[in-house]
Amino acid sequence: MREDFEQRTLVNRRSLVLFGVKGLLVAAVAGRLYEFQVVDAARYQRLSNDNRISIRLLPPRRGLIVDRFGKGLAVNRPTYQLIMTPEQTGDVEITLERIAALIDLDDGTMARVLRKTGVQEGFIPVTVRQNLSWQEVARIEVNLPVLPGIIIETVPHRHYPYAGLVAHVSGYVGEVSQAELEGDKVLRFPGFRTGKTGIEKVYEHQLRGTPGTRQVEVNAVGRVIREIDRHEDDPGSDIRLTIDMALQEFAVRRMESQTGSVVVLDALNGDVLTLASVPSFDPNVFNFGLTGDAWQALLNDPRSPLLNKPVAGQYPPASTFKMMVALAAMEAGVVTPATKVHCPGSFTLGDRTFRCWRQWGHGEVSLIDALKASCDVYFYEVAHLIGVDRIAAMARRFGLGETTRIELTGERAGLVPTAAWKRAVYGEPWYGGDTINVGIGQGDVLATPLQLAVMTARIANGHFQVMPRLVRQPAGAEVPEFAALDVDSAALQAVRQGMVEVVNNADGGTAYSARIQDEGMEMAGKTGTSQVRRLRKAEREGWLSQEDVPWAERDHGLFVGYAPLDEPRYVAAAIVDHGGAGSGSAAPVVRDVLREAQRRQSVRWNTGDDPSGQAEGTA
Amino acid sequence: MVALSSSPLATGTRLIGDKLVKMAWGLLFLLIVVAGFGFLMLYSAAGGDWRPWALPQIMRFGAGVLLFLGIAMINIRHVHRWAYVIYAGALVLLLAMEIPGVSGVGVQRWIQVTLGGMKFQFQPSELMKFAVVLALARYYHSLALNVARRWTSLPVPLILILLPSVLVVRQPDLGTGLLMVAGGILLMFLAGVRKRWFIAGFSAVLGMAPVVWYVLLPYQRDRVLTFLNPNLDPLGAGYHIQQSKIALGSGAVWGKGLFNGTQSQLNFLPEKHTDFIFTMLAEELGLIGALGLIILYCFIVLYGVSVASRSSSQFGRLLALGIVSTFFLYVFSNIAMVTGLIPVVGLPLPLMSFGGTAMVTLMMAFGLLASVHVHRDTEVPRHTTGLI
Repeated sequence: MREDFEQRTLVNRRSLVLFGVKGLLVAAVAGRLYEFQVVDAARYQRLSNDNRISIRLLPPRRGLIVDRFGKGLAVNRPTYQLIMTPEQTGDVEITLERIAALIDLDDGTMARVLRKTGVQEGFIPVTVRQNLSWQEVARIEVNLPVLPGIIIETVPHRHYPYAGLVAHVSGYVGEVSQAELEGDKVLRFPGFRTGKTGIEKVYEHQLRGTPGTRQVEVNAVGRVIREIDRHEDDPGSDIRLTIDMALQEFAVRRMESQTGSVVVLDALNGDVLTLASVPSFDPNVFNFGLTGDAWQALLNDPRSPLLNKPVAGQYPPASTFKMMVALAAMEAGVVTPATKVHCPGSFTLGDRTFRCWRQWGHGEVSLIDALKASCDVYFYEVAHLIGVDRIAAMARRFGLGETTRIELTGERAGLVPTAAWKRAVYGEPWYGGDTINVGIGQGDVLATPLQLAVMTARIANGHFQVMPRLVRQPAGAEVPEFAALDVDSAALQAVRQGMVEVVNNADGGTAYSARIQDEGMEMAGKTGTSQVRRLRKAEREGWLSQEDVPWAERDHGLFVGYAPLDEPRYVAAAIVDHGGAGSGSAAPVVRDVLREAQRRQSVRWNTGDDPSGQAEGTA
Repeated sequence: MVALSSSPLATGTRLIGDKLVKMAWGLLFLLIVVAGFGFLMLYSAAGGDWRPWALPQIMRFGAGVLLFLGIAMINIRHVHRWAYVIYAGALVLLLAMEIPGVSGVGVQRWIQVTLGGMKFQFQPSELMKFAVVLALARYYHSLALNVARRWTSLPVPLILILLPSVLVVRQPDLGTGLLMVAGGILLMFLAGVRKRWFIAGFSAVLGMAPVVWYVLLPYQRDRVLTFLNPNLDPLGAGYHIQQSKIALGSGAVWGKGLFNGTQSQLNFLPEKHTDFIFTMLAEELGLIGALGLIILYCFIVLYGVSVASRSSSQFGRLLALGIVSTFFLYVFSNIAMVTGLIPVVGLPLPLMSFGGTAMVTLMMAFGLLASVHVHRDTEVPRHTTGLI
């Protein structure tokens, strides 16, 4: 009995000890729970939310690019994709075969889909085919009951309705490049596109907009359980251009199969109504990715379809530069409009002889006659008298030698040479002969077609240093303030008179055959023919015509003009690459384009697009 | 009190009615409440569905309650008499797992039994952990205290403990094997084995640690390493414990609400219906729910301790304490595991985790505890002839 008692006491005592130890262990567990669920609860709640909440981006709608009347130049068009959700489809292979019976589906696609569905979670959708036609969509839709897990999804795609007609202005979008990937998260969105050239690139940030977000709850394998929160995207802003698409289209079609540029400006406010580069390319093909061959073909085309010639093409302005020389000479006081210069057909400086384009000369010519007939000797003489730096200073006031800061990529500055420039670049002194070449816009002088249009606009405007603009400011926005041109108006008037005679004087006007005959729509202008290389003796002597030399060696034909005569409003510049003499190639293009621009004046009225230009720069 | 029940004749003829009056109803009530928590969590784990977990679990528990009541009626003398036989039977079943073809491929934990056209899976190790308690209780019951304290009394209990433990670890089920050893050692402690032996044994185990490390399987080593540094491998072995911690912590004080535990419902929490069911409860019902459950478990342990203290036989005392100690070890180990206090060893939470054998054998063990309670005044003969 006593032993029993001892045994019992010992068990109870040890059991109590053990119970105490158990109590400590429970306290440890409770303390642990307190640590997690009270002390660190906030941290773990955040981690838990990180686990379950996934933020998905909603790509923003890209802003449209429209012309001045609101016509869409770059729009978003739905394309149709065939999407399969394997877990709803069940037998992927049978369903794919059914689809293949309805629409075009190659073996490679089927193999790809089967491979993907084999390795991915069943709820992840697989794109079976992109870019379905309307017919294909209809065929699928009708058969949806026997195609489980198949849906047609619309995805907005950038579309350029005018294809190549305005491609160099609108630019195009393409896949996001590696370099761009830093920054905006939406760029990583599959299929996202960014602007690669033109307005699409320059106004990328306005056009892109800000993505929306969708907070979704996902489970451990990433399946979306439900949507928690949603912020809609903020679509990109539309960009309204100054381009008149109808005029642009007219200009491109007028160029036909020729190569070159046509620029039309509003002489009052700098609106770029047309900026045509021919030939062009279809920006739509860049969107879906271009094949290597097609890309190579574009790159190697001698007519450079990818080059935006109006802003990136640099040409010797040739005789269109003579207005600058004339203005510089009058400002320097070496000539007045009435001063006569004798042209015997050539000009001699030291041991060098510079020929006039007219072998037998023009005789006694005034400034206006010299412009009208494009007499070279007159400008050799006055250029020699005033020197290159005065010519350069005048040219710069008319926008040559520097970029116009147009809202496009790849713009070139052209070149207005000076003695300092030559010393800096070539380490050589400026020779008198260099000035003679500059006098007729050859030598080192280079200008883009847009610069020539701007120069002409300033001549026509007469008061302001008009700057071109491609993006239309919203109505009521501040009128652009141009710097004063500050050129003697009598001198300008003389130059304009010369330009009127170029086109409208039957007696020796170089572009008389390209005059506008409609009453009140007459234009003024200046021809130019720029040499691609030094003239061969045979050509100079007249027995080798332009048609007999290879295309790439023929002269560029230039023409700048404005209309109407009394209150100049429209300015056009055209360069026909390797088109021969400007009078025969570029002048007729400008004539037709300027006439069309004036005809469209009534359209601009009717659509509320004020043709008077209001007070913009007209003071 | 002793006088009342001292007659063998009186105990033998005691009416079932009397036994029902003395039945451990309080214990049964606690078990039903805790199991009810389990059903609720299994219902929630299935996203608010009785299938596939809650309903089978309820049915098993129902069978367990019947077994509990039946076993509680068995005279503790008979339990004492059959203790070694039960142990031997469980050992044979465990040994059978070593024979190829008896168990499933890979993990040798299950025996397939076809009974009346129905297939049952049965885990001998679950039975074994209480069979060890039975055998040890019987062994020490027969020894006087001074004999029990001699070193010559050490080998038999140690063999009784280690033989099945080694077999279980080989299955491989490290967690169950270790807890079997721990439960046996606790029982030896309660039976009065000198403290110096425990100190010596503990030192020996520490010395053995490098050898054990060498014997461990790669995944078991990974678990130990992961325990030591959970950030080591967040998507591998550490993933479970990391997600468990997130679930626990994010439950905070009041929990996310039933069915709203994002970690559990969205499957970030692995094994939410078995080993990590406590985590799910703590996520959905918060600190309040978790502590409430722990307190219920403590009540069950306390109940067992009080049953032991009132038992008139050493066998009854040791059996009762052995059962609740083993129970406690499981509860503590599981909760300590999911809270990152000890390595993940793959132990279920008694009464809560989904699992048939564990639930049924646990209810049988509690039936034995109830039997000790019902027969608290029954004398158990100290000396018996033969094994039975």
